[in-house]
Amino acid sequence: MGSVGHVEAQRLRFEQPLPLRSGASIRDYELVYETYGRLNADKSNAVLVCHALNASHHVAGTYAGQDKSEGWWDNLVGPGKPLDTDRFFVIGINNLGSCFGSTGPMHLNPETGRVYGADFPVVTVHDWVDAQARVLDHLGIQRLAAVLGGSLGGMQALDWSLRYPERMGHCIAIATAPSLSAQNIAFNEVARRAIITDPDFHGGHFYAHGVVPKRGLRVARMIGHITYLSDDVMEQKFGRQMRAAELGYSTQDIEFQIESYLRYQGDKFSEYFDANTYLLITRALDYFDPAREHGGDLSRTFAPARCKYLLASFTTDWRFSPARSREIVKALLDNKLDVSYAEIDAPHGHDAFLLEDPRYHGVLRAYFNRIAGEFGQ
Amino acid sequence: MSVHGVMEHIAALVPAGSRVLDLGCGTGELLAWLQKHKGCTGYGVELDDANLLQCVQRGVNAIQLNLEEGLAIFEDQSFDVVLQLETLQHLRNAEQMLRETARVGRIGIVSFPNFAHWPNRLQVLLGRMPVTRTLPYEWYDTPNIRVGTHADFEILARKNRLRVLDSFGIQDGRMVRTRPNLMASMAVFKFERG
Repeated sequence: MGSVGHVEAQRLRFEQPLPLRSGASIRDYELVYETYGRLNADKSNAVLVCHALNASHHVAGTYAGQDKSEGWWDNLVGPGKPLDTDRFFVIGINNLGSCFGSTGPMHLNPETGRVYGADFPVVTVHDWVDAQARVLDHLGIQRLAAVLGGSLGGMQALDWSLRYPERMGHCIAIATAPSLSAQNIAFNEVARRAIITDPDFHGGHFYAHGVVPKRGLRVARMIGHITYLSDDVMEQKFGRQMRAAELGYSTQDIEFQIESYLRYQGDKFSEYFDANTYLLITRALDYFDPAREHGGDLSRTFAPARCKYLLASFTTDWRFSPARSREIVKALLDNKLDVSYAEIDAPHGHDAFLLEDPRYHGVLRAYFNRIAGEFGQ
Repeated sequence: MSVHGVMEHIAALVPAGSRVLDLGCGTGELLAWLQKHKGCTGYGVELDDANLLQCVQRGVNAIQLNLEEGLAIFEDQSFDVVLQLETLQHLRNAEQMLRETARVGRIGIVSFPNFAHWPNRLQVLLGRMPVTRTLPYEWYDTPNIRVGTHADFEILARKNRLRVLDSFGIQDGRMVRTRPNLMASMAVFKFERG
């Protein structure tokens, strides 16, 4: 099993406006993407990998001259890996509104000639899926062998199967949900308030002030991080470990290792992530609810679906719990669609979908083998 | 006893082209066979990770669920056939599962070890719990927490208003229709809601 090696991102410019779910549209936008492996002659081996909140088009491989630049799903995607780039042509696309290269809030608004900032239109999972379809049109790929994603990426994979049922063979949705729960939205709202109430946020137009609302971003990330981990894993990793041997009797200094860890994660995140992007992406999560147009009936929602499904969840994931995946499984069963579902008993909480559990990767490997068999690889 | 022998007799009970739910489907062997040879479609339910993986490898739809949690995920009468093969005896809520089987499927097919097979009777008569090829466990570590007989099931079926469409025993891979309660280590019932 190897790495796809050094990779380079590619950039596509779209002049044709993209109509958005909100009624607005975005024109003159760019999307960056990466591909791994080779597209076969009849273009039947393409797999789209959709990214989650803080990830990007950089799914696998490394950038030349940059240490520790492995893609976010490098343990899954590569030669001989479960999503084997010797057989599949894998595509990662950075979503609109992101801060990793595709047009986002830090770019110039062609309408005003000024940086978008808070004026960047609200984008939805649906809009991202439409934008991704345009990239595939450009690559000449009419039909995907599969769309794969975890968490928010899983929502995109599900939406693909509803929006473009004829354009894909398989939908693989990991650690995801048919919509956010009130608790999920609540966490997102706390994170957003942390950012918006940071004095350096300036209503989203902080770029012009030469500042970054880092305090807000740090807190947002700390909250997010808590929800990605299970209670067990936090207990096991940190427990009540102290920084020093003696209590410092301080209310403001770091006393416990978990505090140190969260602050470190927050600091790191605030150095590279854009505050407006964080607001946009958490809103896209909140809004995702394909059943909304069908009176909340998830079974009716999946009536147009045609592809085959693999779903997986993790028992200790309380952010996107197995019960939410089972809701999707039920809707697929009600529509007599082909579906397999793995409920992996892993201790790592929501983060498990990015880790290398042998049971989890074993199921993905077996499923991709099956897909490869369909186009004779 | 040959697994293939048992599978053959059970597969024969499943009408061609059926939509099948196999509760406790194991490695998906029977479902794969039914898909390939009888044009059936459907799903297996399996709890064990290694078995689930084999189902995916075989190209059988498999749902990882604990049967003890019930079948709420499946709608009434949404399958032509629900199979419950050598599963019932492991379940705490065996009667509830039997009712659920009849709710979800038009036809239910169950198999389980027959405690009244004569070698078992003999061992009990000699004062010991039976340990045989079909019941290979010691009494203190057996996963078979519901031990019943061919005759017992007939009574349970009646109690739950299930109409038995067919029943027989299986011994050494062969179908036993004469005195199956005495002569067969495995009991098979095909039933519908009465």
